[in-house]
Amino acid sequence: MTALLTIIIVLFIAVAIWQMVKIFDLAEARLDNNQVANDKDNRINGYLMIWFLVFIYVITIVSFWKWGDLPLVSNSASEHGPQLDNLMIISMIIIFFVQTVTQFLLHWFAYKYKGEKGRKALFYADNDKLEFIWTIIPVVVLAGLIIYGLFTWTNIMNLDAEDDPLVVELYAQQFNWKARYGGDDNVLGKANVRLIDIDRANILGVDESDPNAEDDVITTELHLPVGRQVLFKMRSQDVLHSAYMPHFRAQMNCVPGMITQFAFTPTVTTEEMRANPDIIDKVANINRIRVEKSEKLVAKGEEALDRYEFDYLLLCNKICGKSHYNMQMKIIVETQEEYDAWMSEQKKFKESLVQ
Amino acid sequence: MSAHVDTHDHDDDHGHHHKETFVTKYIFSQDHKMIAKQYLITGVIIMGIIGILMSLLIRMQIAWPEEPNVVFEALLGKWAPDGVMDADIYLALVTIHGTLMVFFVLTAGLSGTFSNLLIPLQIGARDMASGFLNMISYWLFFVSCVIMISSFFVEFGPAAAGWTIYPPLSALPMSQPGSGMGMTLWLVSMAIFIASSLLGSLNYIVTVINLRTKGMSMTRLPLTIWAFFITAVIGVISFPVLLSAALMLIMDRSFGTSFFLSDIFIQGEVLHYQGGSPVLFEHLFWFLGHPEVYIVLLPALGITSEIISTNSRKPIFGYRAMVASILAIAFLSTIVWGHHMFISGMNPFLGSVFTFTTLLIAIPSAVKAFNYITTLWKGNLQLNPAMLFSIGLVSTFITGGLTGIILGDSALDINVHDTYFVVAHFHLVMGISALYGVFAGIYHWFPKMYGRMMNKNLGYIHFWVTAICAYGVFFPMHFIGMAGLPRRYYTNSNFPLFDDTADANVVITIFALIGGLVQLVFLYNFIRSIFYGQKTVQNPWRSNTLEWTAPVEHFHGNWHGEIPHVYRWAYDYSKPGHDEDFVPQNVPLKEGEEELQH
Repeated sequence: MTALLTIIIVLFIAVAIWQMVKIFDLAEARLDNNQVANDKDNRINGYLMIWFLVFIYVITIVSFWKWGDLPLVSNSASEHGPQLDNLMIISMIIIFFVQTVTQFLLHWFAYKYKGEKGRKALFYADNDKLEFIWTIIPVVVLAGLIIYGLFTWTNIMNLDAEDDPLVVELYAQQFNWKARYGGDDNVLGKANVRLIDIDRANILGVDESDPNAEDDVITTELHLPVGRQVLFKMRSQDVLHSAYMPHFRAQMNCVPGMITQFAFTPTVTTEEMRANPDIIDKVANINRIRVEKSEKLVAKGEEALDRYEFDYLLLCNKICGKSHYNMQMKIIVETQEEYDAWMSEQKKFKESLVQ
Repeated sequence: MSAHVDTHDHDDDHGHHHKETFVTKYIFSQDHKMIAKQYLITGVIIMGIIGILMSLLIRMQIAWPEEPNVVFEALLGKWAPDGVMDADIYLALVTIHGTLMVFFVLTAGLSGTFSNLLIPLQIGARDMASGFLNMISYWLFFVSCVIMISSFFVEFGPAAAGWTIYPPLSALPMSQPGSGMGMTLWLVSMAIFIASSLLGSLNYIVTVINLRTKGMSMTRLPLTIWAFFITAVIGVISFPVLLSAALMLIMDRSFGTSFFLSDIFIQGEVLHYQGGSPVLFEHLFWFLGHPEVYIVLLPALGITSEIISTNSRKPIFGYRAMVASILAIAFLSTIVWGHHMFISGMNPFLGSVFTFTTLLIAIPSAVKAFNYITTLWKGNLQLNPAMLFSIGLVSTFITGGLTGIILGDSALDINVHDTYFVVAHFHLVMGISALYGVFAGIYHWFPKMYGRMMNKNLGYIHFWVTAICAYGVFFPMHFIGMAGLPRRYYTNSNFPLFDDTADANVVITIFALIGGLVQLVFLYNFIRSIFYGQKTVQNPWRSNTLEWTAPVEHFHGNWHGEIPHVYRWAYDYSKPGHDEDFVPQNVPLKEGEEELQH
């Protein structure tokens, strides 16, 4: 049925185009050199330029109104997050200002100076002063942005050895994540994919002969204590992956054959974030969408969707194969006590091995 | 210079007596105009249709992921059992769409068509420096097209590792089905493509340097030629690096080397690779990959400069600044590649350096945008379809370029890297802008290529619907990108977090479908006009450049008799002291008339 409808629609469109061309041909049969714009074309398209300008502004406003709450520019959950968000907002304001002004000038001129027979354009080829001005303005603005950006970047990427961060290994494989904690000594045991021994459940290739490895803890959920800096050491066993933690404004690729790293300090626990009014709104909205979708699914005889509850997520953000779209791990930020309690329940690496 | 002119007059006589058969005229032609048309049909039209069709399939999958779709069933066959697209083929579509659009349509299609057509005609040459190499270049391109498309017909489908083909995903057949035969074909196709591109570029460079007619100094060159020339230079500098990367990848895949691979455990076994680095591949890839953006964009900007000036009936504003900004962009484009790799694991200090160089590119880009706008000011704008597409290009170039300020900033890139924000950014600034350049060029030079005019009203419909759809597609996309939605996800339904982006995705897809469908209007107009379009006069747009001094009918050698000499720059529009509002380049200066010095 849908196929038939699609074919009919396509046919109608084809016929419509064909008819339109016929009409144009008939209408223009009497004119010479009629495929070059004449005054009427200039007038119509000049007005359309103004309408197009309006369209650009309208789609901007509509997008903000409909999807303006989507961008992650507030409610970050890491220490460096607000600084990054701030830079984002400043850049956005500059961009929107320039966008609004230049699009106006472009389309306004296109309308205002639409061609008329007999009018002569101004012969105006150069103005060094003008060009100097609009070279120097971007230079100044960009210099500001570059300096601010570089400070932020250095601040995020530079590790302070004195901070004594919690060391966590993020281990990527097609298509899931593992986390490995250093255990009581907070030192990760050495590891290499060549040491992987599936039969003994040494899935991360941790070096059994390394004393530091004995108390390592391997988990499928990432738990982080709030307020303590976490230093992630990333590994991948097969292809490139990218550890993307959008709520923490954090991302780093996982590269086979090397260890990459990224550090941040989580500042908001999962519970606190769930109680944030913005997040409550967002979750309510998502659940409304899910209920609507569920109704349709149930009508088709399928299962309804689960209710959504907010959780921090680690996503894979580098194309890694078939199930790239479903490579995720839950992140739970909690108080130090909750974290300690959870950690004490976990099996140590040495105990987890099949003897 | 005069020596060249003499030899060419001689060539001309030779050319006239030369008997051409069907094969030498239409198939293995060495005439730059015929080669341009071959590139147009193969590169832009055929590869463009395939590339756009793929993008529509991708969009439909994103908007309605769970629902069976008859279109999928009809077009994808075994890869869409019961009309549900397979996840592997989704990635393959994404990969081949990117490859076709970036390389085949917007590099070979765009440069191949317009550099070939315009370089000899606008500098006053009988043909390219080497017609034979030019022919070889096209046929290598043709072969690479055939190989690339043929990868859809091998058992496990085409390459699916993204157009950037990062190893190890692209190197290991066990990591995904597309990395088997499909990836081999991709690499072979691209190696041939690069050979074709290099032959073309060398030809353009040599032709521009050596075969300019008398009086055509570099400072009198039309901006189109400047853009094509510099584009060719960037291509010659950067494409060989990709070729070497492709060859090393082939070695890793088939001959056991470890350039890009190390410490890999996949499907239950440890591979022998040791000591290589995928990051090295990223460096090599983006050393081409970023200049590639400008290989795509600069010719479009060159075409726009020419069309905006002609149709504004005004000189292009700030010719020197325009040339300088092309040179600046070309130079900077080779030292910014690291901005694709801020979070690749390379040293963060490099991130700082690349942020600095990247944001510098905004300066020449801003100069270009302002100069275009000033060219419109107090003009007498002839709003032909080509002019509309050129104005549209400036608009999308600004919108797309501005978000580059965010992506080029390493700190901000952390959170929008590889999200739909990036997709929106580069589609506007290089995809749509360069496509507008192609369309503008086709509408403007169609009379030169086919001796007939395209229907302007269909052109208007084509432009306005396309322009609205382009913004309709890519403007909302920024928002879902900033929400953190990663690109290249087969479906987002495993992330309830992103459920609130679903309606935006449906809106985007509807705009994309309308925008895709309206290209049929263009296609219809294009094909119909080749055969039934109105016959053109010699200089329909009343333009100054030399191609319009050549007769409408095509023959090898371009001009009967002597080739025109040049006495002025290409932009004497509405010059005071002249009756007409244009003064072609081959018109000598009047007594007492001053030439603008550049």
